[in-house]
Amino acid sequence: MAKKVLMKGNEAIAEAAIASGCLYYFGYPITPQTEISEYLAKRMPKVGGLCLQAESEIAAVNMLLGAASAGSRAMTSSSSPGISLKSEGISYIAGSDLPCLVVNVQRGGPGLGGIQPSQSDYYQATRGVGHGDLRLIVVAPSSVQEMASLTSLAFDLADTYRMPAMLLADGALGQMMEPVDFGAFEKRELPEKTWATNGHGFKRKRNIINSLYIDPKELEDSVIARYKRYAEVEETEVRCEKYMTDDADIIITAFGITSRIAKSAIAEARKSGIKAGLLRPITLWPFPKKELNELADTAKVFLSVEMSMGQMVDDVRLAVNGKRPVHFFGRTGGIIPSVDEVYAEIKKLSEVI
Amino acid sequence: MKTVFDRPAALTDVPLHYCPGCTHGIVHRLVAEVIDELGVEGKTVGIAPVGCAVFAYNYFNCDMIEAAHGRAPAVATGVKRTHPECVVFTYQGDGDLAAIGTAETVHSATRGENITIIFINNCIYGMTGGQMAPTTLPGQVTTTTPYGRKRNIQGSPVRVCEMLSTLDGVALAARVSVDCPKNVMNAKAMIKKAFQNQLDGKGFSIVEVLSTCPTNWGMTPRDALQWLRDNMIPYYPLGIYKDSAAIRDPEETQEAGK
Repeated sequence: MAKKVLMKGNEAIAEAAIASGCLYYFGYPITPQTEISEYLAKRMPKVGGLCLQAESEIAAVNMLLGAASAGSRAMTSSSSPGISLKSEGISYIAGSDLPCLVVNVQRGGPGLGGIQPSQSDYYQATRGVGHGDLRLIVVAPSSVQEMASLTSLAFDLADTYRMPAMLLADGALGQMMEPVDFGAFEKRELPEKTWATNGHGFKRKRNIINSLYIDPKELEDSVIARYKRYAEVEETEVRCEKYMTDDADIIITAFGITSRIAKSAIAEARKSGIKAGLLRPITLWPFPKKELNELADTAKVFLSVEMSMGQMVDDVRLAVNGKRPVHFFGRTGGIIPSVDEVYAEIKKLSEVI
Repeated sequence: MKTVFDRPAALTDVPLHYCPGCTHGIVHRLVAEVIDELGVEGKTVGIAPVGCAVFAYNYFNCDMIEAAHGRAPAVATGVKRTHPECVVFTYQGDGDLAAIGTAETVHSATRGENITIIFINNCIYGMTGGQMAPTTLPGQVTTTTPYGRKRNIQGSPVRVCEMLSTLDGVALAARVSVDCPKNVMNAKAMIKKAFQNQLDGKGFSIVEVLSTCPTNWGMTPRDALQWLRDNMIPYYPLGIYKDSAAIRDPEETQEAGK
């Protein structure tokens, strides 16, 4: 049996990064994810790696860009306000077709917001992290084990599709402790980084890492080529968990920590004879559109539960595409919805379907 | 027949996009000659952020990265720390290095990043068409200081070499000019020293090159060179502001895991 260790979510991300062959971390302290830096500051020197504290989030993400350009597996992490600062660099990373991992352990916003858990950066992660036509692969763990395994997956997906990946967690997942098994990661064959700028050694043509195309046609061509890769990601990399959906009248959609609350509420509902189920997107981009749309053929109503004022619910509506009504329940500002609150919403819906 | 003058191997064979009389061409050539003479093209990674030199990736034969405005020293840090065997240089203008990228400049310097920075100071934003730079001289007219730069409104220019020379991590901070053949030769010597320092593991080396921008200064190339001598050199005196002979303690090498 594999050995399990009891760890904080933030530490699990850090250890999983090392286990995935990431030896370079660039960060800047911000609550509630600072344990990632602190853990790696201790661990990296022992494994021949580097944990460098940058002068700002902006510098950290650009160090990441440099490391990724040179072909190194590297990462940065932050929490919501820090991700806003990194968004410039993330846009350049996407525009330069560089693989790397950016971790966002979300806290409440906007502005300085708070330091308690939140999911209100969903739009930012799936829509607007940086200017321009771009996508990130976004994975959303719901346990400390997944903080680790999705870190590993995100690195591999980034390398496979030569694009940045984001692990979108929240302060609750970052701070809570659960057992983790670091030996359970799926492995895949990765392409060679023939494009890296690490000195041509007169053995190949010079490589150029660049996101600038002055000629609009060239820029359009480069974006279209990137979107072909994005289409492949949407085709092959969607991951979601279905829980009691087969006979469900009410489908809850929830990701991350909220999905666990939803599961408890669903168990309550089932006890009262209400047929509720859960669809939990594990990849937020690509979003499980097809899976949701299929569920709309059998379920009667959808309820998106989030720690925000309603962001993922937009994607649920797009996926359901008018087949069924889609409702929303959420708490925001660092408040975690209670099982009772979610159950009450399910109950309310069960009375009108 | 003996070749007495040729294009350096480290420069690509394409026409430069720079305006007539601009001194970027001279500095590109000097950097390329130094790369050739040190025989490091195969392990060199150049980084050019936003500014007139944004297309530098078209001109150097080594691996190149185009970075965001002001961020080149951070990008260079990422390359050098993960690939210490590479020779890493940035090529930055004054708006890039001394305004939007001030934090990246100062902190890569104070960390003693073992990189080489070529800093073009021409007292103006060239690429966007002649706006005030952090190095614009008092009284100098630009499109955003149409009545001249006033100390009580826009403040005073930044003297980068003087500022950086106070930091322990800096191995070399030198200001040169490319206004005449003698100064061009001296500029090359300093650029070579800045690259050699990196090969010797001495740490952060910056060469500030006083340059002209005839187009945005509204002058002929010849008048621009004279303006540089009459106005820039008095405010930005040429010379070596810091030259640390010390080779970094091997115990303090920045290679990961050492």
